[in-house]
Amino acid sequence: MQVFTCPFCGPRDETEFHFAAEAGKERPQPAEETSDADWADYLYFNDAPRGPAREVWVHVTCGEFFLMTRDTVTRAVSEVAPLPGRGE
Amino acid sequence: MKRYSALSLATEGLRGHRGWTPAWRKARPNDGYDAIVVGGGGHGLATAYYLAKNHGICRVALLEKGWIGGGNTGRNTTAVRSNYFYPESVALYDLALRLYEDLSRDLNFNVMLSQRGMLIAAHTPMQMEICARIANAMQLNGVDGELMGAEEAVKRAPLLNQDPQARFKCMGGVWQQRAGVARHDAVAWGYARAASDMGVDIIENCTVTDLLVEGGRITGVETDMGTIRADRVGLAAAGATPGLAAMGDVRLPIHNYALQAFVSEPVKPMLDIVLLYLGTGTYVSQSDKGELVIGGGLDRVPTHGQRGNLPAQETVLSGLLEMFPAFAQLKLLRQWAGVVDVVPDSSPVIGPAGPEGLFLNCGWGTGGFKAIPAGGWLLAHLLATGAHHEISRPFDLDRFARGRLIDEAAGAGIAH
Ligand SMILES: Cc1cc2nc3c(=O)[nH]c(=O)nc-3n(C[C@H](O)[C@H](O)[C@H](O)COP(=O)(O)OP(=O)(O)OC[C@H]3O[C@@H](n4cnc5c(N)ncnc54)[C@H](O)[C@@H]3O)c2cc1C
Ligand SMILES: [Zn+2]
Repeated sequence: MQVFTCPFCGPRDETEFHFAAEAGKERPQPAEETSDADWADYLYFNDAPRGPAREVWVHVTCGEFFLMTRDTVTRAVSEVAPLPGRGE
Repeated sequence: MKRYSALSLATEGLRGHRGWTPAWRKARPNDGYDAIVVGGGGHGLATAYYLAKNHGICRVALLEKGWIGGGNTGRNTTAVRSNYFYPESVALYDLALRLYEDLSRDLNFNVMLSQRGMLIAAHTPMQMEICARIANAMQLNGVDGELMGAEEAVKRAPLLNQDPQARFKCMGGVWQQRAGVARHDAVAWGYARAASDMGVDIIENCTVTDLLVEGGRITGVETDMGTIRADRVGLAAAGATPGLAAMGDVRLPIHNYALQAFVSEPVKPMLDIVLLYLGTGTYVSQSDKGELVIGGGLDRVPTHGQRGNLPAQETVLSGLLEMFPAFAQLKLLRQWAGVVDVVPDSSPVIGPAGPEGLFLNCGWGTGGFKAIPAGGWLLAHLLATGAHHEISRPFDLDRFARGRLIDEAAGAGIAH
């Protein structure tokens, strides 16, 4: 069992967490001016990086989304942080 | 190539088996080919074979980073079936199953296809309705599928937990008789041998490190054995495909996850079907050697490391013991994982991408072993003609922008 750290609740078992998305995606706005390709890119397409990755996860137990920086090969976590604007 | 037959086996037996030759040539790269296939799993090897056989394109290099069949093809639990939901999927997977049915003869290599039948078992009335829906869809799609009740289902797997108190007591399920298992290594080796015999260079221990693109066209690949040129390149590298495609500025709708499998000590025959249990997500079959081959759902942490995590193990194995309490006495011999390339609609990506001359066959996720003959057939068609086969058209990358997803996770509740 791997232990991840929720920035709000502290260290918990990996089973309490869900991967949500790769970090850094920006929702294209406004919707009426967004092309199908840009919308599909936002919704579905990823980099699936091998090695260092910045991702959004959710701690299902408390419901908070947060940023996790980890290595997708070794699975070592180097940093967790609240989403921008969601600190404290 | 020396043909394999009962006669050649008997003759070699008498000569002490000293006359066998390697099944495929160990090739070194030339500098130019008509086509390059990246990835020596089942899909890449089948692509190379059908390029030569169906299209007469034999100047083909198949480049494999490690040894052929060492990726997911050699790590999977070998369930073969075509019980999908959407007509597009059934056309694809049933093409594969039909090719599998004749593959041993076609390749002159015994792939040990055993159509022992597969049961998707249900334990609630709601799941029985899902099973009825799958059976109906299969029949409408012209594939053999039948709904069965508890008595019939338990007859096929008598060791199933029948304690009245059992939490997942079997209520019946959906049956596909033509489903079964095949020998994974034999599929890889059989395609390699037959392709090599027609002139394809199978080049192992050769890692593709870059795609060469000039003026919007693919012109070859860079490898740790030097530059190899071709104006058509097919990528069939499973979890490594996103990284390779990125070298041609192509992004893919893929997340990689580890998928685990487990093998028990060998025991006498006790399960002669493939069984998938909807309630536990665990599936199991018994190999010819007597080992139970066990699998289940994904590890839910995206990863490129071929290792499984403990929570997924616990889920799969506790599910198995719910289904078959008697299996608690067995010891596990081996456990491993492969990195599977999962697409949001649980359907593969087949088609052109990015620079002209670049084609993809990836996104098979947890279920691409059963599809190997079709995946190879269709990628070969794309490489040879530059255009889609009608069966691969719906699986083009453009389905995401067009909103035409083929959502088998929602449709068939696919596992493997
Ligand atoms: C545990 C497990 C159980 C499964 N069970 C089933 C099942 O029961 N039924 C089913 O139908 N499917 C199953 N699958 C899925 C199935 O194994 C895969 O979908 C299928 O084998 C994919 O084949 P492939 O040829 O695309 O990929 P692979 O066999 O993974 O081949 C890709 C190859 O590309 C090579 N490669 C990667 N990068 C490079 C590079 N840069 N240069 C050169 N070569 C490179 C790799 O070394 C690898 O050999 C299972 C998978 C796993 C992991
Ligand atoms: Zn929390």
